[in-house]
Amino acid sequence: MVKQKNDAPSLGSIIAKNKVSYMMMAPYFLIFTTFTILPVAASLFISLTYFNMLEAPQFIGWANYLKLLLEDDIFMIALKNTMILAIITGPLSYVLCLLFAWIINEFKGRLRAFLTLVFYAPSISGQVFFIWTIIFTGDRYGILNGFLLRWGFMDEPVLWMRDAKYILPFLIVVQLWLSLGTGFLAFIAGLQTIDKSLYEAAAIDGIRNRWQELWFVTLPAMKPQLMFGAVMQITASFAIADISLWLAGDPPGSPVSVNYSGSTIVTHLIDNGTIRFEMGYASAIATVLFILMVGTNRLVQRLLRRVGN
Amino acid sequence: MVKVRNSDGPIVVKETFFQKNFRRERKLNRSRAGNVLLFVFMGLCGAFMVMPLIIVVNNALKPLDEIFQFPPRIFVRNPTTENFTDLFISMSETWVPLSRYILNSAVIMVFSVFGHVIVASLAAYPLAKHKFPGKKLLFSLVILSLMFTWQVTQIPNYVIISFLGINNTYLALIIPAWGYGIGLYLMKQFMEQIPDSLIESARIDGAGEFRAFWRIIMPNVKPAWLTLMIFQFNLMWGNTGYLFLRSEELKPLQFAMQHIAAGGPRRAGEAMAVLFVLAAIPITFFLVCQSSILETMTTSGIKE
Repeated sequence: MVKQKNDAPSLGSIIAKNKVSYMMMAPYFLIFTTFTILPVAASLFISLTYFNMLEAPQFIGWANYLKLLLEDDIFMIALKNTMILAIITGPLSYVLCLLFAWIINEFKGRLRAFLTLVFYAPSISGQVFFIWTIIFTGDRYGILNGFLLRWGFMDEPVLWMRDAKYILPFLIVVQLWLSLGTGFLAFIAGLQTIDKSLYEAAAIDGIRNRWQELWFVTLPAMKPQLMFGAVMQITASFAIADISLWLAGDPPGSPVSVNYSGSTIVTHLIDNGTIRFEMGYASAIATVLFILMVGTNRLVQRLLRRVGN
Repeated sequence: MVKVRNSDGPIVVKETFFQKNFRRERKLNRSRAGNVLLFVFMGLCGAFMVMPLIIVVNNALKPLDEIFQFPPRIFVRNPTTENFTDLFISMSETWVPLSRYILNSAVIMVFSVFGHVIVASLAAYPLAKHKFPGKKLLFSLVILSLMFTWQVTQIPNYVIISFLGINNTYLALIIPAWGYGIGLYLMKQFMEQIPDSLIESARIDGAGEFRAFWRIIMPNVKPAWLTLMIFQFNLMWGNTGYLFLRSEELKPLQFAMQHIAAGGPRRAGEAMAVLFVLAAIPITFFLVCQSSILETMTTSGIKE
């Protein structure tokens, strides 16, 4: 037999050549595959089934998706709310993260650590946002009501979180407060690794003020962090759920709010998955949300490539 | 800047005597008006950010009658540590001793945080600096995974964890935490910025890839992995493992405390103390990491 000559190297030789690379990645990707890839693949499959978590899943094809996109009015409300929340809080919080990180970077020592803490503290503990329930409490004991009554802005307390017209704006405020987390800290760390001699070189090259310096030197030097921050911001702002559950939910912790005015895609998913036991349907919602995030991410990464040009 | 190679240490960038002692005081490209404008804006936002935390601290110090006072006040009048002593008494009366809850939390936090930093950094290095087939695919899988809602993967996850026989053990929380996407992404982004010449010079000196990783890469991305430790600590602090840890004696401190906080109006004071403690622990951890990040500021950025 004549041995066939292959231009492409065989799989074995590829692995042998890059043995060290693959060895270094093996532990991570083994765990990642087991606890992330497999469950995601399983849930993609479940989205094509009827699955009530008690009986074995029954394959029903695209039925979940058709129902979700064509018949589910509440999903449309949730989608609208999610888009409003994401479009307002996402970019705003991203820019604020960057701005604050950039200003804080001018400080040194303890003051810097303190300022970083002030802006990062809200996102530090997932529990502290409960304090907003005390602020927004609908009776006279609520802090917001208490002050507005005392200063004479109103005559009787307002049930803030039981009134459809207040819910979404208040969720936006709380989300903005909560969202200066991951991106902000990554920017702070990123700013610190920038080679300082770049600034001196830029000053010689004719950079006049801090804004030019930011655009032409700082931002291009921290592009990897900018991309990281963008992904984190997208995943956070499209997946808003906890604050809606605990602030707008009636009773607190439930995914249902007055006229669904606080519903988001993820609370709708929780409603179907954990309350109605419609796991197939919930998985279909997760897939739609996933596609939405991936699309947004594509768009944002394309925009970010233009930074500094 | 001078690159110095210590006898057995990493390559360190040291400032020359002149640079260290005669640093220019005034910063480049900074106008006074701009400073004032930016700092006033930041002060206002800072007050908004810190307000709920001030409420947490004050409420924790309020006696019960002030918590239910009308009209409500933000600042405490007669501060007391009553809520904390009550909380301590409630916690010591539980069937599982308090020290056991603390141990559980400590074991879970230590192993999941350090394990994740090491495993994810080790995988991030080849993705950032090596060339091999499948690199792009693996990396985009990790990013895509960040965008999938975790609520629907819980059931498959439960099945897998049961199948592996680690259900109702610490491992059910610790091992999956090592494979989180955020660490790999963050570390890869920072490692990308390290100049190749730095790694080349280590290779020329005869360092293997593992040695280069440990001696060159990791010291140079110290701000990154300290930041990652903060992220991972927060993630795991919020993960009480209610799905996997059924035995009471395996549950973490956060879980036990949340139970006390859910005790209704009678325990309103204790609930405020719980809120305080649950925030104070990660904040302390954050401050420790953040001050280590500040120490690295003396070396000014990544250099060729």
